[in-house]
Amino acid sequence: MTEMSGADMVVQALVDLGVDTVFGYPGGAVLPIYDALFNHPTIQHVLVRHEQAATHAAEGYARSTGKPGVVLVTSGPGATNAVTGITDALLDSIPMVVLTGQVSTALIGTDAFQECDTVGITRHCTKHNYLVMDPDRLGPILHEAFHIATHGRPGPVVIDIPKNVQVATGEYVVPEKIQHKSYRPQVEPDADAISQAIDMIAAAERPIFYTGGGVINAGPDASAALRQLVSLTGAPITSTLMGLGAFPADDPKWLGMLGMHGTYESNMAMNRADLIIAVGARFDDRVTGRLDAFAPEAKKIHIDIDRSSINKIVPVDLAIVGDAGRALDALIAAWADKGHRARDLGEWWRRVDGWRATRCLDFPEKKDAGADIMPQRAVKALFDATRGRDPIITTEVGQHQMWAAQHFGFSAPNRWLTSGGLGTMGYGFPAAVGAQIAHPNRLVICIAGEASLQMNIQEMGTVSQYRLPVKIFILNNEWMGMVRQWQELTYESRYSNSYSDSLPDFVKLAAAYGWTGLRIDTLGELEDGIKTMIETPGPVIVDCRVAKLANCFPMIPSGAAHTDMILQPSDVTGTMDDEAKALV
Amino acid sequence: MKIKTEAGERHVLAITVDNEAGVLAKITGLFTARGYNIESLTVADISSDHALSRITIVTNGPPPVIDQIIAQLDRLVPVHRVIDLADGGAHVEREIALVKVAGTGDKRIEALRMADVFRAKVVDTTLTSFIFEITGNSDKVDRFIALMRECGLVEVGRTGVVAIGRGSEAL
Ligand SMILES: Cc1ncc(C[n+]2csc(CCOP(=O)(O)OP(=O)(O)O)c2C)c(N)n1
Ligand SMILES: [Mg+2]
Repeated sequence: MTEMSGADMVVQALVDLGVDTVFGYPGGAVLPIYDALFNHPTIQHVLVRHEQAATHAAEGYARSTGKPGVVLVTSGPGATNAVTGITDALLDSIPMVVLTGQVSTALIGTDAFQECDTVGITRHCTKHNYLVMDPDRLGPILHEAFHIATHGRPGPVVIDIPKNVQVATGEYVVPEKIQHKSYRPQVEPDADAISQAIDMIAAAERPIFYTGGGVINAGPDASAALRQLVSLTGAPITSTLMGLGAFPADDPKWLGMLGMHGTYESNMAMNRADLIIAVGARFDDRVTGRLDAFAPEAKKIHIDIDRSSINKIVPVDLAIVGDAGRALDALIAAWADKGHRARDLGEWWRRVDGWRATRCLDFPEKKDAGADIMPQRAVKALFDATRGRDPIITTEVGQHQMWAAQHFGFSAPNRWLTSGGLGTMGYGFPAAVGAQIAHPNRLVICIAGEASLQMNIQEMGTVSQYRLPVKIFILNNEWMGMVRQWQELTYESRYSNSYSDSLPDFVKLAAAYGWTGLRIDTLGELEDGIKTMIETPGPVIVDCRVAKLANCFPMIPSGAAHTDMILQPSDVTGTMDDEAKALV
Repeated sequence: MKIKTEAGERHVLAITVDNEAGVLAKITGLFTARGYNIESLTVADISSDHALSRITIVTNGPPPVIDQIIAQLDRLVPVHRVIDLADGGAHVEREIALVKVAGTGDKRIEALRMADVFRAKVVDTTLTSFIFEITGNSDKVDRFIALMRECGLVEVGRTGVVAIGRGSEAL
């Protein structure tokens, strides 16, 4: 045990916890920590241009590596700017530790300069938070915070550190083993429940796996176990937006994403299944559609690390609380132990194939070189051009996000970074920055909408400063397309404030930041444009002009059942009753 | 379009938590953020080293909502244990009210007589007022207060419910 300043303890704890990267922005209340980080030999500090971007970059880092993302910001505006990203991490279960500076303890509560009640503001958008009033507590709290952020259902933890606590000296104590007094999430699944589950799976005639971000959070081994279990049982599999990549998209058992913009086959299969095996997914309203019509014929098994997710929205028949990976391993073992054999699911697959035959992701397009580019085509071309390069894809929020989810095939976890729960425009570009910092040699592409991108576009400076070869591929439809689509479907095409007016010239903007800028206008230019983007070293922004009024289908209108999908524009009526309008 | 609400049942939850700053805000905030009801809430530190507090919350909701409330409380980091006292069979509930009644003559005499029936104690008196202390379950306290309205009630302070399961088992 050694006597050192609070700021030195913070940095020492980060080193001891294996942190190599901190995303942050300095200010008065964190200057001692910034001084302790000055020229640090092992911790790289990435200076963002806005604290919100620091949090999303940390999420990108975390989602692409499986390690917690770390953020350092100052008090007051630094902390409040971080709140969106903290909330985003809470909703998508991303492990993150955010260190915020605070005014000195004697000034707390006096409306001091740059004071805000950070623990109060973040109390309900963190998994846990701390205000550290004594430097001796810094060591134990930092270690505990990382434990909480990464164990059980991952999430963001805020540590608010008054400036005098950073300056004062104390003893840096490393707790021997973190055994939290009260926080002991159950990771090991109950053996009886596993045994019941595997019998239900073996007996089902129309089973389907419905998986989510929990499988990604459980690590690559969980994805491997999922593949094995699916192959043992021969059942079809679908996943949420957050779960993409856990199961390879080119496997014949993969039905595509489910839910509001999911495929017809996955939603129909959910509706007609006799058994749903939910793994690390939480029956979100975007997934279930109208609840009283959700999977009426199915028994449901729900595997989740968070007991409060179980029976929250959909009552289930069998609950298994535990880590998704452990539960999948246990199911595989039980399958073998009991000598189960895959049933003949031929009849079920014939029905699934019937739904597949609608080819719900097809879209109308003209094929001549001068034609407008359909946004779906742009995503498919990007996918084709990057095959074999194992790219990391991030997205902003809107139609482009859904098109990316529908048309970009992922075959491994941790390659798909998107804001699912909070749906935060402005997430994708900084998340790409975080992913690129973690994987300097990988191809990292942000598929962006022109509106979302502008929410954190200042990060172009960060990319230039750290010489990151991030690629931004804008599906530029000159509209907040998703808003426009809803206005078209629900408000008789009254396009209130959804036009992306006064857009910057993205190519010139690229030049201003020292990036390469490209513009793609027509179908004939698409392939070459993408090729140039990939082959150009350094950061590239591609302003890909796409058909302006394309809508994202299939779609389950809000308040409708899985079976009431809109498959094409001609199914659209253009109005909706108040009941449906009230649902987002 | 009308917004619908669901009928519920009353539950008494006993929650043991770390006695640390912000824990009460975390718990009450969870109730407001998720739209759960709080009918009453009491809290006090219960361990010799002041490390633990016990919070008793009386809430109201349909059974699935009560299950959700318990699961949501249970996953908060400073929460050690959540017990639904309705689950474990019989339990005892008490609350205390201090009831101030002002008046002279018949009303004053009637108030005193009622207090006697309810076994309320007189804890302060002036020539024109009484303060009664009444202990019991919430129903009894409610009834006493209702009667006092007729006898010159001027002020009431109530603690809210504390509750504990019957028998030798501990929470
Ligand atoms: C921070 C934030 N504000 C508002 C919204 C609501 N919203 C969802 S999608 C969208 C439009 C996005 O437009 P763009 O980025 O151009 O994507 P497109 O839908 O056109 O592909 C808006 C405003 C949001 N998700 N996030
Ligand atoms: Mg757009």
